[in-house]
Amino acid sequence: MKQSEFLNVVMPFKDKLYRLAKRLLVSREEAEDATQEILMKLWSKNENFEKYKNVEAFAMTMTKNFCLDRLKSKQAGNLKLVHSNYGDNASSLQKQVEAKDSLSWVERIMEELPEQQKMVLQLRDVEEYDYDEIGELLNMKPTAIRVALSRARKTVREKLMQKHSYGIG
Amino acid sequence: MELDRIERLLEKYLEASTSIAEEKELRAYFSQESVASHLKQYAPMFQYFSLAKEERYTKELPLKKRSINYKWLSIAAMAVLLFGIYFGKGYQEKKEAEYAYNETKKALTLLADNFNKGTEKVAYLNEFENAKQKIYNKN
Repeated sequence: MKQSEFLNVVMPFKDKLYRLAKRLLVSREEAEDATQEILMKLWSKNENFEKYKNVEAFAMTMTKNFCLDRLKSKQAGNLKLVHSNYGDNASSLQKQVEAKDSLSWVERIMEELPEQQKMVLQLRDVEEYDYDEIGELLNMKPTAIRVALSRARKTVREKLMQKHSYGIG
Repeated sequence: MELDRIERLLEKYLEASTSIAEEKELRAYFSQESVASHLKQYAPMFQYFSLAKEERYTKELPLKKRSINYKWLSIAAMAVLLFGIYFGKGYQEKKEAEYAYNETKKALTLLADNFNKGTEKVAYLNEFENAKQKIYNKN
């Protein structure tokens, strides 16, 4: 497979990989590194692309596993500490989010969710995946997904309400 | 009327029993300006989801660079291999020649030794000559 063909395959979902990585790793730099790593891994084994029915699902699963491993390893803990010391001023989108204060609350609230709920919420409400796809990616039964999703949504709503009524901003 | 529907959808949404289409409807409702005041708290949630989907991976992939590196790497490896074979062969030839020289030398020494033994034995023939001379002298 040529480079251009590879990019055509990867292009439609590379942003999804990045957003999932960022949801889990929080730091933009780490998410970018993770995404690059995953894409390079895909590139290195692109000869057997045909074998995978759904390259996107495969790549998403790879990203999920990679990020969870990263979170588990001590190294990631150190990196996170370093990153949180620096402002993330490179991306204009980040600024937009920051400007809309209440929107950045949602982001911070999502950061506090358990990993599984984070991923379910990300895949459903941001990426609009259906339950079958989520089940395949996260290795979960539909009922378990619904429970996690409902919990995540309720938590976000409750915390948002709290912030509203306290007027923190 | 519409508000009713949105409220019902929200309830379903929190129980995670909305379909994707219904969730789209909710997102559309909260992305507009005129949101009912008692539902305003929900707005950031849906607006954030829409915004989060806009985030892009902008870093460039170093695919090309890497393939060029591989090319040069293989060329370098070939060069090293050829040099290795070339010089290795020369070295081996030298070794073989040295071995052959030593073997030949050994064989020649053996030959020389045996010749010497032969000459020693032949030296006895002189005795005949001596005896013969003695006999001639007596007569």
